[in-house]
Amino acid sequence: MIHLLGELSAVLATALFIFALYWMNDPKTARRGVMAGVTGMTVAVVATWIQPEIVHHGWIVLAIAAGFLVGVPLSRVPLTAVPQRTALSHAFGGLAAGLVGAAEYFLWRGGSVTVGMTHFRMSALAAEVILGFLTFTGSLMAAGKLQEVRWIPQRPVTYPGQNIVNIGVLAVAVALGVAVALHPGAPWAPQAFLAIAALALIFGVLLIIPIGGADMPTVISILNAYAGLSAVAMGFVLNSKLLVTAGALDGSSGLILSIIMCRAMNRSFTNVLFGAFGKAQPAALAAGEQKVWKQETVEGAAQLLEQARTVVIIPGYGMAVAQAQHKVRELYDALTKRGVSVKFAIHPVAGRMPGHMNVLLAEANIPYSALVEMDEINPEMPQTDVALVLGANDVVNPAARYNKGTPIYGMPIIDADKAKTVLAVKRSKNPGFAGIDNELYVQDNTWMLFGDAKAVLADLVKQFGGGGIH
Amino acid sequence: MTDFGSMLFVFVLATFIGLGVIRRVSRLLYTPLMSLTNAISAIAVVGSIVVTGADHPLAIRILGAVALFASMTNIVSGFMITDRMLKMFKKQ
Repeated sequence: MIHLLGELSAVLATALFIFALYWMNDPKTARRGVMAGVTGMTVAVVATWIQPEIVHHGWIVLAIAAGFLVGVPLSRVPLTAVPQRTALSHAFGGLAAGLVGAAEYFLWRGGSVTVGMTHFRMSALAAEVILGFLTFTGSLMAAGKLQEVRWIPQRPVTYPGQNIVNIGVLAVAVALGVAVALHPGAPWAPQAFLAIAALALIFGVLLIIPIGGADMPTVISILNAYAGLSAVAMGFVLNSKLLVTAGALDGSSGLILSIIMCRAMNRSFTNVLFGAFGKAQPAALAAGEQKVWKQETVEGAAQLLEQARTVVIIPGYGMAVAQAQHKVRELYDALTKRGVSVKFAIHPVAGRMPGHMNVLLAEANIPYSALVEMDEINPEMPQTDVALVLGANDVVNPAARYNKGTPIYGMPIIDADKAKTVLAVKRSKNPGFAGIDNELYVQDNTWMLFGDAKAVLADLVKQFGGGGIH
Repeated sequence: MTDFGSMLFVFVLATFIGLGVIRRVSRLLYTPLMSLTNAISAIAVVGSIVVTGADHPLAIRILGAVALFASMTNIVSGFMITDRMLKMFKKQ
């Protein structure tokens, strides 16, 4: 009876999870999706907990309480820190899968489980441990890079033969996994199993070391897919269809986001993981005349914006770093009050994770109807009076269209250069994350505003008589 | 006994459902989508509960408790931050 209840609640939870994702297709219904997810999760947890084989309730209560203790503060981080929180949660997901996998294997070795260890189940166990532990350390590294932890290098670290080392480590882990799957009961199997776990932990670190900040949206999506797949493998091991389904949903979400991110950078998976994108390639652009930028005063910029009929703001990671989204809102208010039409052009890889800019602008109370995707805004760019580039760089670099020497060649960009006037706010005169010069800044119709995005915007808003609502 | 065939069957079908549903998710919501799917995949919590709560050797239960803590953290922070972000999306 109680087992039947368990089965039924698993079906109910699965249905609720699918609905949760379905409702994410529109911001109006999306919060319903969270409710569905919470309900499904509660049902599944309670149904598992009341099973007769669960006897150590105190431990469960303690672990759950600790989860709340850490989880609640983690959900209150500033929205600029959401990418690292996401990476951290992938790490936790991977850790849970890896640990449960290890526990399952040693339970079986210890003889306290009577369930047979088929070759299939053992392969799933090996896959669970490899995926889980590589996701754990890989995501921790990614989170560290995003948080700019001191002892984790921000810039990509590369060395000769790096890919061979990486693939070698993974290949040994997989080979050991195959060996253990074929002979799960062999005397050397526990040692091999531990070696698999260790190699997977090492591989996760090696995988992320050569990856730079601009690739983070893709890498986070790929780690998302791995975390989902490790949950799937766990479902195979535990014979739980609920786990397999939930993991598959997570995995397919990570897969789709990875594909979208890769397409938005015109790169392949392998190129992101093994290409060390963020490395500067200065030689390619050394040739050609040196143009200089023209600097604009805040007064002049304010005048330009005020006289415009249409303004498109193109935000990038620089806006997030400067925490400038609330000042952007004040500028948006000041301009719309004067009858200027203001839109935001969102590049799929702007920021450090998929959708990063949308969340920051939504936080600043900018209506989502003003947030426009790259493909939709580009046809409007030639009729746009002022394009205001705000801490974005590579995603507006016209060199991506024709200069085969740059690493961003072929990447779709927002056509800021086609606007009648371009205003670009930039923190320093250094090149962007990809380490390449941006010709947009030296175009005839481009005017530069140097300084911290937040400070520059505050000055601009002041020009409109404090125009903001606050 | 693990029913190999039917598990694979479920996996393939769930992946197709996932691809179909995720493809329709609003592009505005990719960040909350990621935190939501993350919370959902923390359903691994059911595996951790069994490992922690059943009458297993102490070392095994410790592994389980750490896994349970990690999954629970994802559930709590994942759902809460998703809701917090979604609340911010306003049409006008």
